[in-house]
Amino acid sequence: MKFSEEFEARFAEMVTHYPIKRSVLVPTLLYVQDETGFLSDEVIAEIASRLDLTELDVRNVISYYSMLTTKPRGKFNVQVCTNISCMVRGGEDILDHCKKKLGIGNKGTTPDGLFSLEEVECIGACSWAPAAQVNYDFHENLTAEKIDRVLDEYKNKGTQ
Amino acid sequence: MTKSLNDSVCMAFLVSHPDEVRVVSRRFGQGATNLERYLELDGYKAVRKALSMEPDAIITEVKNSGLRGRGGAGFSTGMKWSFVPKQSAKPKYVLCNGDESEPGTCKDRLIFEHDPHSVIEGVMIAGLAVGARSGYIYIRGEYRYLSVIMQKAIRDAYAKGFLGRNIFGSGRDFDIYWHGGAGAYEVGEESALMESLEGKRGIPRIRPPFPAVVGLWGGPTVINNAETLASVPPIILGGADWYAKIGTPKNGGTRLFCLSGNLAKPGVYELPMGYNLKQMIYDVGGGIPNGRNLKAVVPGGSSTPCLTADEIDVAMDFDSVAKAGSMLGSGGVVVIDDAQCMVKFALRTMKFYQHESCGWCIPCREGTDWLKKTLIRFHAGGGLKKDIDNVQYLSENMLGRTFCPLGDAAAMPTIAFVQKFRREFEDHLEGRPCPFEKEGAVEQLPVFAD
Repeated sequence: MKFSEEFEARFAEMVTHYPIKRSVLVPTLLYVQDETGFLSDEVIAEIASRLDLTELDVRNVISYYSMLTTKPRGKFNVQVCTNISCMVRGGEDILDHCKKKLGIGNKGTTPDGLFSLEEVECIGACSWAPAAQVNYDFHENLTAEKIDRVLDEYKNKGTQ
Repeated sequence: MTKSLNDSVCMAFLVSHPDEVRVVSRRFGQGATNLERYLELDGYKAVRKALSMEPDAIITEVKNSGLRGRGGAGFSTGMKWSFVPKQSAKPKYVLCNGDESEPGTCKDRLIFEHDPHSVIEGVMIAGLAVGARSGYIYIRGEYRYLSVIMQKAIRDAYAKGFLGRNIFGSGRDFDIYWHGGAGAYEVGEESALMESLEGKRGIPRIRPPFPAVVGLWGGPTVINNAETLASVPPIILGGADWYAKIGTPKNGGTRLFCLSGNLAKPGVYELPMGYNLKQMIYDVGGGIPNGRNLKAVVPGGSSTPCLTADEIDVAMDFDSVAKAGSMLGSGGVVVIDDAQCMVKFALRTMKFYQHESCGWCIPCREGTDWLKKTLIRFHAGGGLKKDIDNVQYLSENMLGRTFCPLGDAAAMPTIAFVQKFRREFEDHLEGRPCPFEKEGAVEQLPVFAD
């Protein structure tokens, strides 16, 4: 299993930050996932062996954290918040709009693999609601028109 | 996955109001992520001063300032530090809680974005006070752009010799490391935070022993919210008396209030402790837009009981809000107008807690699940009158029966929704469609008699 040099450098440094190397597990899984798109059996086996853990230990941790996934997602993961601050400002309408526009449901992925959609819990954008994240980018004070523009921009970027 | 389209998409929008007192936010928008700029703006002066102070003197100063935990519990920060034993066979740690996830709360995000060095400085001063030699700054996984900012700030501080060996030529060593989460509300609870940092599922630990005695890897650990730690350097520089005077008795200083919901001017405002909630909504937040009226306010994040429109003439400090039957919590003020359905609001709140319950304690795992199911049925017209009491009864039986406060956090607001908006619950009974939803928006569920 080969990861990027950037990942390897980060991993080699981070593992020195803790008295017990298992501690590096959670951020490491997220950084690996950023490169591989999802946590495959192969990735899990590799990380487990590096940290002297069983694969089950790693799977137990993966299943707990909502950002970690063992299934492929779209290149752009659209995460729409519908928690209270977003809900009272129309977050659910934004989610419905995305469902229609992308033609997929919650946790679905478009056939071209470009987009996936997820209804998420509070992302910390309450004062700028309704809000969504596409991968790690925040998009705030959303309207149907604004999310259309945002999705079109990603689509152009993804098909270039 | 791909990097940002451009950096600006992540930056949160800043607001201001004349009543603001800028202590924690004084460097927002000033370019203080740059270390040189931070130094121009009094950066790292407080930690230099702290290096010349006795540890007990630092703790006394923080105690006298009236600083209380900004994560939500409102416990005296100086007191918390004083619980760390002087002598310890195991290393001691400082852990900054930046796993901000309480719905309605988006303040730590601004601190990390605009003033990451103030958090580093706060962690260092806490470390000097309790005799720790290293600290961790835990930032939630969704805040990736802030992790980038924080990692750079830490690197810059090392490069200057502010961190690492012999800091500021004092002969003392101090290390700070960044750590990241991967999506979990529960991890914002102090003991689950430590489990997560140790590379495990974020399941809470039973207390006692408290983290101050047995924490990270078994060592004594001070855990403070990012805003709490960012408040420490100004206290050391300006003095306890100055800070205490800004707020109300036993509630020192200022607070970042995150105004959200049905408001004309939502945003994060730094106001003195004890600022009147009514004024906060109608003056600072610009009131309720679209010709609507105020129905309720969640004063301190989703786990705090709501206040009705008649109950908002209250000073926003820990003790006054507690007296009014709620909690100041995390500073997330969610304003709800009269177009909103409180049953739906209660349901969405419970859906969140059901999703985030780690499943360790049965009253929380089962309670949140049954309450969610009951509230879904209620909102869809399938509820019975006895279910209203049942919701309250179930909630009351979760209180105090779990390892961590997540069970309470789910139960407390629910009890308030039922008690204060019983009429709205009754309006949904016996197959009646939700009066606030468009026709056909909610699939009606059948009513089952007993």
